[in-house]
Amino acid sequence: MKPKEEIWELRLYVAGNTAKSNAALTNLKKYCEEHLQGKYVIEVIDLLKQPQLAEGDQILAIPTLVKKVPEPIRKIIGDLSNEAKVLVGLNIRPVKKST
Amino acid sequence: MSTTRAKKKIVQPRKIEKSPTGISGLDEITEGGLPKGRPTLICGGAGCGKTLLSIEYIVRGILLYNEPGVIMVFEEKAEELAANVASLGFDLATLQQEKKVKIDYVHIDRSEIEETGEYDLDGLFIRLGYAIDSIGAKRVMLDTIENLFAGLQNEAIIRAELRRLLTWLKSKGVTAVITAEKGDGVLTRHGLEEYVSDCVILLDNRVSNQIATRLLRIVKYRGSLHGTNEYPFLIDEDGISVLPVTSLKLERNVSSERISTGIPSLDKMLGGKGFFRGSSILISGTAGTGKTSIAVHFANEAAKRKERCLYFAFEESPQQIIRNMRSININLNTHVESGLLQFHASRPTLNGLEMHLVAIHKKVKEFKPRVVVIDPITNLVSIGSVSEVKSMLIRLLDFLQQEQITVILTALTNSASYTEQTDEGVSSLVDAWMMVRDIEDNGERNRGMYIMKSRGMSHSNQVREFTISDAGLDLVDVFLGENGVLIGSARETQQLEEQKSLAVHSNAISRKDREIKRKETILHAKIASLREEFESLQEELNKTFVEDELRKDIIEKNRLQMTEKRHGIDNQKKKKQPTKL
Repeated sequence: MKPKEEIWELRLYVAGNTAKSNAALTNLKKYCEEHLQGKYVIEVIDLLKQPQLAEGDQILAIPTLVKKVPEPIRKIIGDLSNEAKVLVGLNIRPVKKST
Repeated sequence: MSTTRAKKKIVQPRKIEKSPTGISGLDEITEGGLPKGRPTLICGGAGCGKTLLSIEYIVRGILLYNEPGVIMVFEEKAEELAANVASLGFDLATLQQEKKVKIDYVHIDRSEIEETGEYDLDGLFIRLGYAIDSIGAKRVMLDTIENLFAGLQNEAIIRAELRRLLTWLKSKGVTAVITAEKGDGVLTRHGLEEYVSDCVILLDNRVSNQIATRLLRIVKYRGSLHGTNEYPFLIDEDGISVLPVTSLKLERNVSSERISTGIPSLDKMLGGKGFFRGSSILISGTAGTGKTSIAVHFANEAAKRKERCLYFAFEESPQQIIRNMRSININLNTHVESGLLQFHASRPTLNGLEMHLVAIHKKVKEFKPRVVVIDPITNLVSIGSVSEVKSMLIRLLDFLQQEQITVILTALTNSASYTEQTDEGVSSLVDAWMMVRDIEDNGERNRGMYIMKSRGMSHSNQVREFTISDAGLDLVDVFLGENGVLIGSARETQQLEEQKSLAVHSNAISRKDREIKRKETILHAKIASLREEFESLQEELNKTFVEDELRKDIIEKNRLQMTEKRHGIDNQKKKKQPTKL
């Protein structure tokens, strides 16, 4: 057991209400619920509304998921359809159904 | 009616709008600048000046045309970029504060990025769009956008997105410059030229004989005329200067003003007035024939006329020239101090031919001389082939004549093979060509000078002996003796000989004159005595004639008196008869 519970701070950058963004958000929520229950915060940033934020996180592709905490910073781009890749990217140990 | 309609149908082909770069020379080649509102691709190998060219486009756009610009870099960090161009006097930080420029540094770290599923590059679009809108940019620079290919894996998406990006930039109405690395056998490594079809500029940094030359070429420019050649360009403290060196037209103003060569006897050979202003003069000759001395005379004369003169020395240092010229009574130092004469000495191998040309251009533009001396052009062959040197000189002469600058070139010819052609093959280009030749005879060497050609003026066709003394240069008429042309000491001997015979001759003549004088006096005396004789004879004759007359009168009178005494009547009637008789 770790002394302190880690919180995953996740930021999802989208641009408007597109199919890809929606798919990404749905996928992300699903994985988090499954593997990080209660240990995550998701912030969705719509760049169409806040374009000035794109520079700070070096956003190029949409959608981009940025994991700021815990370190290291990782970015996952795309609609997050590949669960294994997302989990590796976010450094999440999948919760086994058996345990 | 029908004709007017037909006239209306002929629509003048609309010239595409251009966005001037402000880079000296580039606007001339592109006839006004880059296509406005369209993307331009700048490609080339590493270190050939792509980034600099695009930054100059942005910065000069701000400074000269007040068009804000966005710089999006994919390679260097914004601070590094600012530091790099600060050496050119571009203060990006201040411009950023003034909201004239916006620099966005796009960093892609492959190790940080995981790709899953579909995505697009809307983030980039939004960033760019935001940057453009925040300062109202008219110009955009993307350097080097191909780095996307290194950062992201899905090439298909990148290509699709790039295509979309370029269309989007067009719809935004900004003029974009996009740099790309040159690939093997293709213009860009990732085939960007497929997408950017309006204007493609290729930069090159070519090294031959260890000397590098930067070259620029416009590969294509849709909808516009443009220069098609490779143009050399220079990067120095003022940024890029491109040389549109071959002006395609042979049109220039000509002056019929004549300027003295500084050697009166040479002027005399040229119809007494010297060369035309703005003409090009070639002095060729073998080593040590005084080419430099003639050129210096010309420069000295120009300075005396209070005209500025620029002297490019490729062989001697200025101090050397000044010292050497003192020996022929020319003090160049005063002109250097008064600022009328400027020397520029450099080794030909200092840089490539094109760079020399660019350097000469710049100096001429700065100093604005009326006379330029290049001494000698021969040494330039050491850094290029004959044809290269020739093409460089053509462009140089072209430029100088456009500016109405008189140019003196000196060229060394090979003494072994005397040909009527200089090594550089420029003799046909110049307006006037003087040839100084060694004439070896009688155990001594003398200099002979010809004017091979001098366009547009009468000139002497004679060879003159050319002497260099403490007093300066002079041309002496050669002697055409029985054994041909006499020069040097032979000429002097001949001169003495002639003086001698002249004295003898004049002596003889004076003796004859005296003889004639004497004869004349005798004759005059004779004429006088004859005249007197004639006069006395005349008098004698007159005397008898008068006596006869008198006698006749008296006889007549006596007769009349006798008749009157005899008749005593009708005097009047009788009087008439004797008068009738």
